[in-house]
Amino acid sequence: MSAKRRPRVGDGPVFRPALLAFVMLGAALLIVGPLLIIFVEAFKAGLGIYLSNLAAPDTVHAIGLTVLTALVAVPVNVAFGIAAAWAIAKFEFPGKGLLTALVELPFSISPIVAGVAYLFVYGAQGWFGPTLDALGIKVMFAYPAIVLASLFVTAPFVAREILPVMQQQGSDEEEAALSLGASGWRTLWSVTLPNVRWALLYGAVLTNARVMGEFGAVSVVSGSIRGVTNTLPLQIELLYQDYNAPGAFAAATVLAGIALLTIVAKLVVERMDPDRAG
Amino acid sequence: MPRTILPGFRLAMGCTLLYVGVIVLLPLAALVWQAADLGWARFVTVVTGDRALAAFRVTVFSALGATAINAVFGLALAWALVRYDFPGKRLLDALVDVPFALPTAVAGVALTALFAGNGWYGQFLEPLGIKVAYAPLGIVAAMTFTSLPFVVRSVQPVLEDLTADVEEAAETLGAGQARIFAGVIFPAIFPAFLAGCSLAFARSLGEFGAVIFIAGNQPFRTEIAALLVFIRLEEYDYPAAAAIASVMLGAAFLMLLAVNAIQLWSLRWTRSAA
Repeated sequence: MSAKRRPRVGDGPVFRPALLAFVMLGAALLIVGPLLIIFVEAFKAGLGIYLSNLAAPDTVHAIGLTVLTALVAVPVNVAFGIAAAWAIAKFEFPGKGLLTALVELPFSISPIVAGVAYLFVYGAQGWFGPTLDALGIKVMFAYPAIVLASLFVTAPFVAREILPVMQQQGSDEEEAALSLGASGWRTLWSVTLPNVRWALLYGAVLTNARVMGEFGAVSVVSGSIRGVTNTLPLQIELLYQDYNAPGAFAAATVLAGIALLTIVAKLVVERMDPDRAG
Repeated sequence: MPRTILPGFRLAMGCTLLYVGVIVLLPLAALVWQAADLGWARFVTVVTGDRALAAFRVTVFSALGATAINAVFGLALAWALVRYDFPGKRLLDALVDVPFALPTAVAGVALTALFAGNGWYGQFLEPLGIKVAYAPLGIVAAMTFTSLPFVVRSVQPVLEDLTADVEEAAETLGAGQARIFAGVIFPAIFPAFLAGCSLAFARSLGEFGAVIFIAGNQPFRTEIAALLVFIRLEEYDYPAAAAIASVMLGAAFLMLLAVNAIQLWSLRWTRSAA
């Protein structure tokens, strides 16, 4: 990025401003517009109405359920991401490419397909449904299914963030720690994880955003029972269908806020971590 | 087998395989099992029924439209972010991630409000006879939004790695700008561009949350495959839901294979170019 350089292709006096104008206009209409209208619609009737919409009992319950889901799903997928990245980055084994593809598989699968798939495992007509039912364990259309569907959808996020960093760093520092007598866990905790901390943090933030915002998979497995199994995105749909747009947009501001914080976290991580700065 | 002295291979590998097995593969196997339970003849009848075929058609064509828009806009955006310096560049770069971070349901209600007849965009479009909300174009708009980052993020790093000397060489040989772009730059970014487009298309095929708010969801006209799965579930027609979902799963696998093949090809491409 030198300040003075020879003009390159696309630097022409007409092309450059025209392309920039096109890109700016596109970004304003496609990205800024949707973000802006959420807040405009939510606050249209005033702050008081906004707050009372947010404080509606079903919405408060949905926020609680969403947070409770993230509290379980994020740590589990962080642990899984670390285990998967450790196995894939630090060792050579046959089928490594296949395992990497399997870890990333949920990215490619429609959330609706994921939700239906879970139904056929834990639902009444599914593989384990009748057994679970006989034991009195309720998975489908209840909290466990919401967590399971969220786990599926966000399984690859942490691994995908930390794997390239681990691969790039190699294993020299870990081998040094081990030869100095550190235990495996100690090495993981004091050498590996600090080395990947920014990628790990961003992976966790991304997982959290996706768990809290997951709609398709959760709408299949939760049963969308008002005030019981409605997560925040489902609550938005419900309010919207009830022609309560201000309520829906008020709830949407919470998720949009989390999305914006996620992007800020990415910027912070990129600034803190010279390896990742693009 | 591992040649390193690092411990924990069995534990990490065991946990990973167990987790992938229980969380990812088990449900997918159950889905395929359900669909297979139908038997081939009934499976074909279900997935080639009029309404299912219409839903597949709507989904595929909308996804193609969204991918075409993102191919052009994503390439332009990547170009601007890599080649130009301008105020707000960092902000624009950050904004590209918004569609990934914003929940699809939120995107859906926001886009519907924008494109509705009295919305910010709709009030200008509808007098022109362009109906987006509750119309096929709405599906394209929603898919365009949710798959927007793929082309940008695929092309950006490759474009960044292109050095000026190849372009300069072409220039000294007397090639014009358009010729240099078509003959030198575009071939270099083409694999990444194609991979980005495939990812955007795959994502659009499976999109649900953003679409259902804006589509209007009329059978045969604005009903996407993912919604039809959902409707069949609500009707307790589980075999049909399983069959249609399996077709979507198969399409996802095909797209995954395509993306991987493109990435392998691009790896060889860049190596042979180096």
